[in-house]
Amino acid sequence: MSANTAQAAPSRGRDFSIGRFLLEGRAFFALIAIIAVFSFLSPNYFTLSNFLIMSSQVAIYGILSIGMLLVILNGGIDLSVGSILALCGVVAGAMMQGVEISAAGVILYPPVWAVVVLTVTVGALVGALNGVLVAFFKVPPFVATLGVMYVARGVALLMTNGLTYNNLRGSAALGNTGFNWLGFNRLWGVPISVIVLATIAVLAGLMLSRSAFGRWLYASGGNERAAELSGVQVRRVKITVYTLSGALAAIAGLVLSSQLTSAGPTAGTTYELTAIAAVVIGGAALTGGRGTVRGTMLGAFVIGFLSAGLVIIGVSSYWQTVFTGAVIVFAVLMNSLQYGRGTRRG
Amino acid sequence: MSAASIPDARPDAREIVLAARNVAKSYGSVHALKGVNFDIHRGQVTTLFGENGAGKSTLMKILSGVIQPSTGEIILDGQPVVFNNANEARDRGISIIHQELSLAPNMSVRDNIFMGREIIGPTGVDFAEEERQVRRLMEELEEDIDPLTPVEDLRLGQQQIVEIARALSVDSRILIMDEPTSALSASEVEVLFKVIRDLTAKGVSIVYISHHLEEALTITDHAVVLRDGNMTAYAPRAEIDLEWIVRNMVGDNYDLGAPPASRFGEVALSIRNLSVPDPAGFNLVDQLSLDVRAGEIVCIYGLMGAGRTELLETCAGRLRASGGEIVLEGREISHLSIAERIARGLALVPEDRQRDGLVQTMTVGENLSLASIGRFTRGLFTSRSAEKKLVGDSIREVTVKTSGGHAAIGSLSGGNQQKVVIGKILATKPRVIMLDEPSRGIDIGAKAEVFRLLARGAEQGLAVVYSTSEVSECLSIAHRIIVMHKGRISAEFDSTVTKEMIMAASGESVAA
Repeated sequence: MSANTAQAAPSRGRDFSIGRFLLEGRAFFALIAIIAVFSFLSPNYFTLSNFLIMSSQVAIYGILSIGMLLVILNGGIDLSVGSILALCGVVAGAMMQGVEISAAGVILYPPVWAVVVLTVTVGALVGALNGVLVAFFKVPPFVATLGVMYVARGVALLMTNGLTYNNLRGSAALGNTGFNWLGFNRLWGVPISVIVLATIAVLAGLMLSRSAFGRWLYASGGNERAAELSGVQVRRVKITVYTLSGALAAIAGLVLSSQLTSAGPTAGTTYELTAIAAVVIGGAALTGGRGTVRGTMLGAFVIGFLSAGLVIIGVSSYWQTVFTGAVIVFAVLMNSLQYGRGTRRG
Repeated sequence: MSAASIPDARPDAREIVLAARNVAKSYGSVHALKGVNFDIHRGQVTTLFGENGAGKSTLMKILSGVIQPSTGEIILDGQPVVFNNANEARDRGISIIHQELSLAPNMSVRDNIFMGREIIGPTGVDFAEEERQVRRLMEELEEDIDPLTPVEDLRLGQQQIVEIARALSVDSRILIMDEPTSALSASEVEVLFKVIRDLTAKGVSIVYISHHLEEALTITDHAVVLRDGNMTAYAPRAEIDLEWIVRNMVGDNYDLGAPPASRFGEVALSIRNLSVPDPAGFNLVDQLSLDVRAGEIVCIYGLMGAGRTELLETCAGRLRASGGEIVLEGREISHLSIAERIARGLALVPEDRQRDGLVQTMTVGENLSLASIGRFTRGLFTSRSAEKKLVGDSIREVTVKTSGGHAAIGSLSGGNQQKVVIGKILATKPRVIMLDEPSRGIDIGAKAEVFRLLARGAEQGLAVVYSTSEVSECLSIAHRIIVMHKGRISAEFDSTVTKEMIMAASGESVAA
């Protein structure tokens, strides 16, 4: 019987070898490998301008995946972010076209800051609806957010009758210009969308690692019953993460429609799956309680840089889909390798 | 133990149908069984006695192939055998009825009984034949259960009967029953005993495990006692009595400390006429009243289903009471959330530390500090140094053996994990601490340490309430022993009580 434990000890010690090191930093090494391979294959890949362009594309997925990370850390899933993104884009678009109040007989053109605030509020409210369904009505997250995904998409289609708002530039006469600032402008040469992503990532990282809320989130995702008995308000945590995920989807929707200067109801279809993939590649466990913002960001960049690289070297988009899928499966395999042992004891 | 009563190394195959020799089983650093010899006599009832965690269920799972022993051998009809799974054992005629029911509640009685070995006719499953066999089994068991009833519509006792019927339906030569009567009514127990006598008359060997000692004595032919993974005694029925069993189960030199000489203060926790409903309608806790003073240690003893867990969880705020009051230091707290109750100084160490106590994905330190995050949060952020200090203090206070706060919680032994859960609650600086079966699944050394910890807390004015299903733990640090039976307090003792008196009050030794 003591032979058992004696055998286990050295193998545990071996885990901290190169294999362990590569396993823990796998998302980082994957990103380095992707950059190295494509830089070798194409002279246009390893340039500052290309990295900035790729990063501004990653920004959309990155913002969504941070929200997704929060939900997944809680042990849930949020399938509605792509639809919320579209809905919020359309809401912003509608406000830029002017809101007609027929009773007063006027058309309101809210300034861009108000559009942004209202849009994020709409996203947060839809997210909160997810949270309430999951936390209070005990609807499984998969089902609740699947339903909301359809409803949000449907509402977006209804609002525009299936059409796309193309004129989001506003006009100086109406005092609502500047919507394209988010998508087109640069600060110190860096696209605003990348700065938005970085800011959100830093804030989310601080929240997870240093705030009491972060600790509550990890605890309730790891073991909700234990967290509850330790005085964590697990329902409040739940509603908060879905609300944040909705708000972040709204921000992603604003960035996307600003980049495209158009807002369509079919935008962001299947983006929720890309966001989930980024979180998983970043090493988070879908069972909750494990994952970091840093990993998720690496995951988002792995997906973004991989598909951009494949485009640059001229691989067909069908192959891109295959590659992305393979990366996801491989990442999950690695996750089960990392979490599969050493934790089942006791 | 006389020399004649030690099982032979080579069992007589005519007499002994199944035997275990030097069987040991360890889970990581926990040794559930430490080299046990066990004989099952042909056509007789062998009863296994022992407290919780003594290794009874582990031994039975090994004999029935559910788990494999770490060392030792199983001898069937004089030949060593290896069972890789329960199916192999079942094919050799060994069946087990588990303590926890393993029925699919959504399926019918018939489908449950034939699950995994459906009778296949020319057109698929022969439901008519299955139904006929189930009806015959139910007649034999004198139970009026329709084969087509979904199991979830049956009472717990009837579900137990279905479980027994399933084991009987495979024509077992050896039938292992792990606490088969815990959910049965007195008349159902009578029927079960009649079935057992019929079976033994037909040559079937029965292994029987029960906490109802006297009940078991009425049916058994041989008694084997396990304690802490060792076989401590072995004798035929004619040579033993209740006192012999208790003495061998509990042991003589079993010291878990004595009640600390603390001065009792004001009433810290006062429970008044508390009732907790069961979904089925009756009360799990029934109009129960209890006062606990500061510095006092109260032990709640009771069998499974006596309502101990429900009482404690209701006080902690996880379950809602249907009536009554919970008063903490003079203030009614029934309407408060768990978090608010912890803030007021009332906290629970739950029974199942894996399910309710620990967050497996977090480190030792994060688990220890989880319930008192507010104490090291400065403004928006947590203070690393303050948390480190709190974790370090906790580890020292409850003496967790660990490489440090950063270690994975899964790297600790069961006893140390339990100390982490207790340390987490103590870090909230409670006025009243409740512990539900704090000794469950931890070894005796850790048990003694946990009890010392509680005694020290009481000396400093902490009110302690703990529950247990082991009599020896009542007679340790508790100033007062409450016996619970069917949701009510059936007796109250001071620390001079004897084991037999406690057992009698719990309904344990009262023949069903």
